[in-house]
Amino acid sequence: MKAAVIVFPGSNCDRDVQVALAQATARHASGGAPIMVWHKDADFEKVELIVLPGGFSYGDYLRCGAMAAQSPVMKEVVRRANRGVPVMGICNGFQILTEAGLLPGALIRNANLKFICRDVNLRVETSQSLFTGRYEEGQTIRVPVAHHDGNYIAGDEEMERMEDRGQIAFRYCAPDGTLTSDANPNGSARNIAGIFNETKTVLGLMPHPERLADPALGGSDGRPLFDGLVEALS
Amino acid sequence: MKARVHVTLKPGVLDPQGKAIHKALSGLGFETVERVRQGKVIELELSESDPERARESLRDMCEKLLANTVIENYAIELDA
Repeated sequence: MKAAVIVFPGSNCDRDVQVALAQATARHASGGAPIMVWHKDADFEKVELIVLPGGFSYGDYLRCGAMAAQSPVMKEVVRRANRGVPVMGICNGFQILTEAGLLPGALIRNANLKFICRDVNLRVETSQSLFTGRYEEGQTIRVPVAHHDGNYIAGDEEMERMEDRGQIAFRYCAPDGTLTSDANPNGSARNIAGIFNETKTVLGLMPHPERLADPALGGSDGRPLFDGLVEALS
Repeated sequence: MKARVHVTLKPGVLDPQGKAIHKALSGLGFETVERVRQGKVIELELSESDPERARESLRDMCEKLLANTVIENYAIELDA
């Protein structure tokens, strides 16, 4: 399995996600470490997975992800995503995916106006996807968030359509899995932390699974996401 | 030709920054403030001299980049 990590000026989680994917690939498949693709590259080699990492692409100018969504590499990412190549956007990557129109809705300023950097609990809403196959539906996992603009919003009709199609991937929850407003760090509608596109080939999520994907980092609840992806795509 | 684009959050979209400004104004004693919404203004200078063509081009810019029409409205103002 070969993956590409897209690097924008201001990306800062690109190496972490490269390591998490390289380790998962070494455990389950061949293919080696993901290639790193610079934002100015309008074309890159054929890959089975594209990752948009976290960070502050283009300094969050105009809106988070707005400038990155217009970069040369994103035209190619959108073209490949529309042909079915799986794409995952983490944090700033999620913001870029909504700005590029690959995922519905938008991410606005956290309800409490603060940059939030801490571990949160997530409820896995489905195991029926490339990304979540190694989790159980309803399982609670602990993953860190680190963002200022992670407050997910979409129109009511859009939201209903997403619920009906099972496009919600993760929700913020209490340690026992219940969805409470206390467990919602940023004010996201319906405690949403991550969503799929209609075909479930594109995932965007605010939390950082790559930051807890190795016991040496203090936890490994993020690891099954990378293991599952590598297995599914190999 | 000079133009200004006003980008504002759509009604119903939570505006935590507007709320914080409202709170701060109340704290300063401005008690008549009933509601605050924060947006942004983008100033542009265009080489276009035809107002209709300028407006059309600005609309296109707003749809493609300047505004996120999922959450924001925009208004275009042209200097005569």
